[in-house]
Amino acid sequence: MKILVALKRVVDYNVRVQVKPDGTGVAIDGVKMSINPFDEIALEEALRIREAGGAEEVIVVSIGASEAQQQLRTGLAMGADRAILVTADGPLVPLDAARTLLKLVEREEPGLVILGKQAIDDDCNQTGQMLAALWGRPQATFASEVDLAGGAATVVREVDAGLETIEVDLPAVLTTDLRLNEPRFVKLPEIMKAKRKPLEEIAIADLGVEPAGVIRETHFAPPAKREKGIMVEDVDQLLGALKDKGLL
Amino acid sequence: MNKILILADHDGSTLGPATAKTVAGAAAIGGDIDVVVLAESGAAIAAEAATLEGVTRALHVDAPHNAAPLAAVAAPQLAALMANGYTHLLAGSTTYGKDVLPRAAALLGVPQVSDIMAVDGPRAFKRPIYAGNAIVSVEVDGDGPVVGTIRAASFKAATTGDAAPVEATTVSADIPEHTRYVKLEASGGDRPDLASAPRVVSGGRALGSAENFDLIYKMADTMNAGVGASRAAVDAGYVPNELQVGQTGKIIAPELYVAIGISGAIQHLTGIKDAGTIVAINKDADAPIFEVSDIGLVADLFQVVPEITGKLGG
Ligand SMILES: Cc1cc2nc3c(=O)[nH]c(=O)nc-3n(C[C@H](O)[C@H](O)[C@H](O)COP(=O)(O)OP(=O)(O)OC[C@H]3O[C@@H](n4cnc5c(N)ncnc54)[C@H](O)[C@@H]3O)c2cc1C
Ligand SMILES: Nc1ncnc2c1ncn2[C@@H]1O[C@H](COP(=O)(O)O)[C@@H](O)[C@H]1O
Repeated sequence: MKILVALKRVVDYNVRVQVKPDGTGVAIDGVKMSINPFDEIALEEALRIREAGGAEEVIVVSIGASEAQQQLRTGLAMGADRAILVTADGPLVPLDAARTLLKLVEREEPGLVILGKQAIDDDCNQTGQMLAALWGRPQATFASEVDLAGGAATVVREVDAGLETIEVDLPAVLTTDLRLNEPRFVKLPEIMKAKRKPLEEIAIADLGVEPAGVIRETHFAPPAKREKGIMVEDVDQLLGALKDKGLL
Repeated sequence: MNKILILADHDGSTLGPATAKTVAGAAAIGGDIDVVVLAESGAAIAAEAATLEGVTRALHVDAPHNAAPLAAVAAPQLAALMANGYTHLLAGSTTYGKDVLPRAAALLGVPQVSDIMAVDGPRAFKRPIYAGNAIVSVEVDGDGPVVGTIRAASFKAATTGDAAPVEATTVSADIPEHTRYVKLEASGGDRPDLASAPRVVSGGRALGSAENFDLIYKMADTMNAGVGASRAAVDAGYVPNELQVGQTGKIIAPELYVAIGISGAIQHLTGIKDAGTIVAINKDADAPIFEVSDIGLVADLFQVVPEITGKLGG
């Protein structure tokens, strides 16, 4: 079985993103870029499945600017076998990403596709669900535990009410939550080895995908600021302040 | 004229609090608002939804396959219902809404607007990106249906009033069998629900153990508050996952939020930006949580939390 893992290149989670003063976008030139944290977890899970004998090949895929090569190389250094970069200029909505991934799924015929539950730049939380719909296959989103056996996956999902368990037939789409695993660190020799692993580049148009472009971003603004509050000295003052506000 | 379909959030017997917020979001768009309950037997849930101000009709699709909240089962039914002239499909930004709606959107061949926090027009919205560090205004072009999830913390729940009609309905859709529900482990209890509680007390990594987290539970109980936690506290196993507040946990807007031993990472703060009053207790005067708190107390939580609980009569 092959496993396809989607890695998105995003602004590193430690960067505090600022809106451009003219409201035309966010200022991210030159900031640190990384693999979306949820996608690192997705890759780690795929590698563990392969290491346990559940899969033969792990393929990492990214869609976007050619700089995403860096994140794919990191993915290869973590242990993926090969990489595919689908180059695309300009913004893509999750539906575009899902349509693109579907093309690769049709070509590679993986038994599992693992994505992050959400990209921490657009915070959309859509792509995995959309891919599963377009592919006509099951989805197990927000996974915190995955067990493969007999052509099916038993997946524990983090839901608002607690932990939900579902069973899905393979092939299927999984999206990862934070507690699925802790991704491994990349070792230096692996980075050297990764340079020799295959990284294929395809233009999005050559896959026959036309970006939908139906969601237009018209303006960007910083979030409303909270007013600076007061500091109190002790518990009595704290309780007094809460009483004054009518909160106790 | 807009015709809006809302997927009801429920647990099989009662309506979830997200639906009243979603109805409020729909009312801001304007038009007819139908709420649909997909359940094994959803009449009672639909009757609850029917009392929400602004609702035109409450529909329920009763079927054995709707007994469990499976996206692969729900999405084709929603896509089929949308053929009845609906211009919008909405759900709350709960894990149920987040799971189901993008699948329905893809079946409809349209993109989705996630986490709508303001409505600027029938096809124009505001939503947070980059963990809430930026708010983007978006417009949905074309004439396809608009699909979106409503960020509950940004809307006041629709009030209740006279009941709209409740109608049982059927849909013809291919129900897949490739996805099976096994079980739900809910730690629940009878504390106020974190997502909708007017008061929430949250603990962070500083608590140090599941046993110590009892301090938070005790304090919350004296205030009749819900309990939340930072990711660090959940990852460390002090509390179950459903208590996580933040970018990738629950986004909440209680009247009072008390953050105890939580540093105030951006991913946590995005979950509480809309809280009425934020109280922070942290032993580090430089902790970023004090940049957003309305009332701050620099202190060791192990001293002051029992003191607060005691003085509140716990
Ligand atoms: C992709 C991604 C998503 C994330 N999503 C979330 C999310 O949804 N929610 C979330 O919360 N985090 C999230 N995080 C994690 C976030 O970045 C922080 O790591 C986390 O919030 C820190 O939790 P904390 O404040 O409890 O721990 P710490 O940052 O370790 O803070 C502990 C605080 O306790 C104080 N303290 C210690 N001892 C005492 C004492 N005795 N009395 C009083 N104060 C004390 C310290 O001064 C410190 O400020 C996410 C991270 C990533 C990468
Ligand atoms: N351009 C992209 N390249 C690679 N993977 C992507 C891309 N966009 C989305 N994904 C995957 O889809 C997940 C969810 O993204 P989103 O729906 O945008 O929140 C991410 O965690 C990635 O695994």
